[in-house]
Amino acid sequence: MAQIIGLPKLSPTMEEGVLVKWVKKVGDKVSPGDLVAEVETDKANMDFTIEDEGTVLHLFVKEGETVKLGAPVAILGKPGEDIAALIAQGAAPAAAPAAAPPTPAKPAPVAASPAAAAKPAPVAAAAKPAPVVAAAPGPGPAPGGRLLASPLAKTLAVELGIDLRTVTGSGPGGRIVERDVRAAASDGPRAVATTAIVAAPAVASTAAASADTALATVGEQAGDWIDVPASNMRKRIAARLTEAKRDVPHFYLMRRFDPAPLLAFRTRLNALLGDRGKVSVNDLIVKSAALALRRVPACNAAWVGDAIRRYQRVHVGIAVAIEDGLVTPVVRDADLKGLGVVAAEVADLAKRARERALKGHEITGSTFTVSNLGMFNIERFTAIINPPEAAILAVGGISDEPVVKDGAVVPGKRMTLTLSCDHRVIDGALGAKLLAVIVEQLEAPEALAL
Amino acid sequence: MAVISYREALNQAMREEMERDQDVFVMGEEVGHYNGAYKVTQGLLQRFSERRVVDTPIAEMGFAGIGVGAAMVGLRPIVEFMTWNFSLVAIDQIVNSAAKMFQMSGGQFNIPIVFRGPSGPAVQVGSQHSQALESWYAHVPGLAVALPSTAYDAKGLLKTAIRDDNPVVFMEGETLYGTTGEVPEAEYLIPFGQGDIKRAGADITLVAWSRMVHVCLDAAKVLADDGIDCEVVDPRTLRPLDVPIIVDSVRKTGRCVIAEVGWPSAGFGAEIAYQVQRHCLDALDAPVERVCSDDVPMPYAKNLEDEVQPQVADVVAAVRRALYLDA
Repeated sequence: MAQIIGLPKLSPTMEEGVLVKWVKKVGDKVSPGDLVAEVETDKANMDFTIEDEGTVLHLFVKEGETVKLGAPVAILGKPGEDIAALIAQGAAPAAAPAAAPPTPAKPAPVAASPAAAAKPAPVAAAAKPAPVVAAAPGPGPAPGGRLLASPLAKTLAVELGIDLRTVTGSGPGGRIVERDVRAAASDGPRAVATTAIVAAPAVASTAAASADTALATVGEQAGDWIDVPASNMRKRIAARLTEAKRDVPHFYLMRRFDPAPLLAFRTRLNALLGDRGKVSVNDLIVKSAALALRRVPACNAAWVGDAIRRYQRVHVGIAVAIEDGLVTPVVRDADLKGLGVVAAEVADLAKRARERALKGHEITGSTFTVSNLGMFNIERFTAIINPPEAAILAVGGISDEPVVKDGAVVPGKRMTLTLSCDHRVIDGALGAKLLAVIVEQLEAPEALAL
Repeated sequence: MAVISYREALNQAMREEMERDQDVFVMGEEVGHYNGAYKVTQGLLQRFSERRVVDTPIAEMGFAGIGVGAAMVGLRPIVEFMTWNFSLVAIDQIVNSAAKMFQMSGGQFNIPIVFRGPSGPAVQVGSQHSQALESWYAHVPGLAVALPSTAYDAKGLLKTAIRDDNPVVFMEGETLYGTTGEVPEAEYLIPFGQGDIKRAGADITLVAWSRMVHVCLDAAKVLADDGIDCEVVDPRTLRPLDVPIIVDSVRKTGRCVIAEVGWPSAGFGAEIAYQVQRHCLDALDAPVERVCSDDVPMPYAKNLEDEVQPQVADVVAAVRRALYLDA
């Protein structure tokens, strides 16, 4: 019997995807494991494989369209089946985008409450504003289903790509005001925020000026800015990093150390490797972090609300900048792998990240992340934790500096590592211990071979 | 630049305009021999003779009407009310004759008249003599309403009022006559409908006119100690109203407090609040706050008089409410 196939979750944080390319077309037979389509998620282009058997009878979605998770994409069945009812059923929600996607396994909230569905919800909500004073501050809509936000906060949220439902309001009755949205955005994409500050009055001004000639002198010139539509990935990064910076109590620990032994060690390693590959400074730091997490397991952990989850394996994420975004492919069991293997894996992951060819499992499940901006001559920086991980290591560049050795100032090298810690999981002394072990191993890099 | 009093600035404006234009003359109670109840017309009688500085009986309706008639035949009268409180006797001449004559005559008569005098609460003069009536006159089409807050504005606006071919209600701050400020020697005019930023700031817009400008500037100083950066906007004329200057400011700050010494109900601040929400809705981060006098006739006792009128602390409190710092 014919059935509707919904868009499956292809990455853990996926909420929607762009159907990039249909591999199968109407009339094609498919069996479990077959590649049906390519879907761009917030992370990468993913393969959409099918778990059922049958013939493709109908496609709901055109290439390039954005589809919500669970929304119907195709009908599968036997050739010649009458699928008119299914097409109508699948097409219906598309006409009303606000409706929840009909995933058979998970009934939509509206369906669960027939009374609520029968009553036109927007009218009910508008007619009965939430009591302003009674509502307690907190994220999400106020009692009564209304989200209290000032007009400015709403305008700003649209411009900064902030979901107001994720913002905690500090105004009366939990009303979200400008400062809350700016706080939520402050550690997201900085350039976007700056543009919006300029654009905000301009947008309002244009609208009002056209409506009232008395305000003709108020308006700003059109063309003073452009809005670049945010990609799925960019929106997701904005939301995730905002959440992380706002909800995770970060603190930062910094260590400067002498990278000279590390550089010498790397030179020896690369000589030994010859044309079998190269080990980078970053690979050595990844390896050191992995070993250190094994020695200080309390840091290889996550805050899960009512417990601290200690991971039993060490998977290190590597932050990789790609065009208009950022992904963190994962070196699994990095503590157990030899330096050559780590180096080869990192090189391969980074290359495929830039080609957007990573699979879902390759970008999920890290327990700690290393972010390196040394190649951009950044001396040191603080990174935002990649939740649910409890820490992230920010790696700065190597600089030539005068250093004091045996009471004399001599030329030397210095490098700075900054560990951002989630204070709910890692206290100061614990974080310091992890950083100390990482640095100790880098200063005596033979330890990395043990 | 010369530092002169608000009173002297008004006197200079009249003196210069009377010298410039023979048709300009002053009339009112005690404007001549007594040099004006508040000495604003000091020396004009000596300079311009009784033909152009005319003492009138205590009969506001009568001399206001004579002023309108004089304007109709081509003169340019400046009619002084001893205080704007007394203009209520003459309000029919101002509202029904002066404001409407141009329209009702099909454009045959311009009414180039200035009604001027002290306005707003004074000190211990009782409820009949201590009122801010600008909202009444700003309500009427056909009138311009100017309320200078500084000596500079007083001179520039009064010269514009005298040269205006239409009736102008010119309200001087009764408690501002002795205040001083820089006034250029060279001639200048301030066009109607052009407000002024009396203090630039980033966090909140305070809109005020006449004496309340000074109350707001004092409040801004207090708030600056808490790191709150107030912008004080003085529209200078309520009709025509410089909506763009207010709108620009509120779009910049996202918040607005309107401070007026008049009563709250149907006060002019309500009109400004309307304009702000109309043009700045998407820029507002909090409801517009208003600071007004209490909704009572002015008491005589000094302590109660202070209690009724908006003080620096009231403006500070309103700003803090608008910033959600206090409930």
